[in-house]
Amino acid sequence: MTYDTHTKVHPAASGDALPEERTEITPSTQIMSGAEILLRSLEAEGVKIIFGHPGGAVIKVYDEMHRIKPEFQHILVRHEQGGTHAAEGYAKATGKVGTVLVTSGPGATNTVTGIADAYMDSVPIVVFTGQVPTALIGNDAFQECDAIGITRSITKHSYLVRDVNDLARTVKEAYHIAQTGRPGPVLVDLPKDVLLAEAPFQYPKTVNMRGYTMLDPVLPEKLHRAAQMIGESKRPLFYVGGGAISRNASQHLTDLARYTRIPVTTTLHGLGAFPEDDDLSLRMLGMHGTWWANQAVQHCDLLIAVGARFDDRVTGKLDSWAPHAKVIHIEIDQSCISKNIFADCAILGDVQDVLESLKSLVQPIDTTEWLEEIEAWRQECPLQYSNDGKLHAQGVIEQLRDQTDGDAVVITDVGQHQMWSAQYFRFLHPRTHITSGGLGTMGFGMPAAMGAAFGMREIGSSRPVICISGDGGFVMNAQEMSVAAAHKLPLKLAVINNRFLGMVRQWQELFHRERYSHTDLSDTNPDFVKLAEAHHCVGLRATTPEEAQSIIEEAWKINDRPVLMEFQVAKEEMVFPMVPAGAATGDMITDRITPNSFV
Amino acid sequence: MSENLILTPQQIIRKKAAGEPIQPDDSEMIQSHTIAVLVENSIGAFIRVVNMFSARGFNIDSVTVGATDDPTVSRMNIVTQGNGRIISQVLRQLSRLVDTIEVIDLTDTDFVERELCLLKVCYTKDTRSEILDVNDIFRGKVVDITTKTMTFELRGPSKKIDAFIKMMHAHEIVEVARSGRVAMQRD
Ligand SMILES: Cc1ncc(C[n+]2csc(CCOP(=O)(O)OP(=O)(O)O)c2C)c(N)n1
Repeated sequence: MTYDTHTKVHPAASGDALPEERTEITPSTQIMSGAEILLRSLEAEGVKIIFGHPGGAVIKVYDEMHRIKPEFQHILVRHEQGGTHAAEGYAKATGKVGTVLVTSGPGATNTVTGIADAYMDSVPIVVFTGQVPTALIGNDAFQECDAIGITRSITKHSYLVRDVNDLARTVKEAYHIAQTGRPGPVLVDLPKDVLLAEAPFQYPKTVNMRGYTMLDPVLPEKLHRAAQMIGESKRPLFYVGGGAISRNASQHLTDLARYTRIPVTTTLHGLGAFPEDDDLSLRMLGMHGTWWANQAVQHCDLLIAVGARFDDRVTGKLDSWAPHAKVIHIEIDQSCISKNIFADCAILGDVQDVLESLKSLVQPIDTTEWLEEIEAWRQECPLQYSNDGKLHAQGVIEQLRDQTDGDAVVITDVGQHQMWSAQYFRFLHPRTHITSGGLGTMGFGMPAAMGAAFGMREIGSSRPVICISGDGGFVMNAQEMSVAAAHKLPLKLAVINNRFLGMVRQWQELFHRERYSHTDLSDTNPDFVKLAEAHHCVGLRATTPEEAQSIIEEAWKINDRPVLMEFQVAKEEMVFPMVPAGAATGDMITDRITPNSFV
Repeated sequence: MSENLILTPQQIIRKKAAGEPIQPDDSEMIQSHTIAVLVENSIGAFIRVVNMFSARGFNIDSVTVGATDDPTVSRMNIVTQGNGRIISQVLRQLSRLVDTIEVIDLTDTDFVERELCLLKVCYTKDTRSEILDVNDIFRGKVVDITTKTMTFELRGPSKKIDAFIKMMHAHEIVEVARSGRVAMQRD
């Protein structure tokens, strides 16, 4: 099938293109609308799924989608914020780029939180926003907003496409930028007239951006220096962040750590980069990290940071963090190096390559004594919660872990349940822990879990997808439940209902003299079981550990739609251990203290 | 940009504790820096650069932008302040933008800098010759004159212009327009 370039005969005239015909088209010969160019570009980019919501500015795209039936799936979300989080969940679970398509004005502004979230957590997504026709831009036209301006400081890059002839190239560049280097969100603003205009379509094979160059190769001297520092250290420690996962370096890290016998602690986003059931794993560090991981940081003489950025939730008070440590920092983003902590040896490069090269340069070191010391800290202050026979969030998370042998993709929302999930689930594989860490977006969990579930389905994985949220955050994007139901996703939605904005309550108890200002949700919480049912999902409720066990088992029998499990737990529970914000990591609270002593 | 210039508070404390000298460069000493940035010639690229400064809380003392011999590239000249650590962050954040082609900190190199200033000042019969004397010393040009005001054009390094304006403060300045600094490395 070829189209005459001179008369601009549009394929629409000949009816719907058949899928088998479509693949035979040599793209260079076709003239098509901007809207179709967009869809064909996504196909050419290998996009399999997009999350979107139509509106006036993008109606042409939806029209073309109806007509040409592109090779990817379009998921109609019920709120654009949900769409962006779903794209994030998809991207994090699969390692591919997530795609979002929304209309102008409110469609675009509704994506802002998700874009900011993706920016903070370096998640590769591309967001296409409709825009008013170019001639009206700046006129306060109906549903106009300056999407580029609003998102400038929360995108890795953004484009306003003014000419339909630039569209295919722009799509190519957007996907390239989103997933290379330190990944991040890219926004492409599409004025309506550009979508209507016609142009020949050819998807570029390569990108040519002189300002966006790849890193120089790592200097061998640097690697030797790092290897030497490792060799000379007595108490070395790997401190691993999300960069190790996003660059698919978990295996390399695991090999190197096991070979050298160096213990590993991870950040919230690093969970899963190193199997937490390994003897060398110290689990998570930082504000709610384990006592022994934080003690190890305070006592180590060498910190090998891998794809991590020394975030304030990790370091607490900077001056007294890791006071005895020399630092090797392996990182792809130059702006992270020596930003918060001085790196004695900074290696700018792809984490995977660097770890691999290092392995050939280092020898195993004798860390027996160091590991014994850490073991003593582990015994001194293990993770624990009350065993009074009541239902506790921590217990629920352990039950969920046991139900799946820890082999599940866990998406969490933001709050206490997020920290308990990080502490108690025990993550064994990369890309099995997905959370909003940087921005801390309540309402992230449910839609992100939906996106992850679509991703699992796409890659043919049978790993169950579990969303763990609080009663506060779950409600913020609960509308996407019906989307998950419509697509028969076997999601397991665990709502830890403590009838409070638990994490804020915790701070109020500890630092604000128990003034529980506006954190009680008992009057405004929905009936979660009915909420699930209203969204065509199954709703179950548990109030005791036994009930919890039985609803979990019941939920695991249902595989044709999402199941919401509401776990009613006590509101007084707190997340320990805890380094109060801005305090030194050495000053960890390990148990409930007399309230007010920190005020 | 030497890595050792970048000191964090932790590093400074450690150095002090170890009794190591803290070089003037790696202390918290604030210095003015002139940075040349080659960017794609588009309004979006320019805004992204300026926006990065405000979003990350860096100063801009002056910024100029103009096309280069290559019409697709513009050159921004940015004057900013900060200690070594902040400046190295500025440079890294700048080079990480997709639209920046090259980022050069001219400060520690041998470079020429120029700024243009137009200054309008009121004069009277009594002050006229004194004002013109100052202008002569600075080798400015009179570009406009009325019965009440004179307008001068002055070119030179920013410091010279600062000094000129300072001298003119003795009189009644009506208006000052400065172009901002442009700079280029010497070969
Ligand atoms: C959108 C948004 N608003 C406010 C906050 C501040 N915040 C952080 S945790 C939290 C409480 C969350 O409560 P809930 O969802 O019930 O979870 P819990 O802490 O009880 O597990 C709040 C309000 C936030 N992170 N995100």
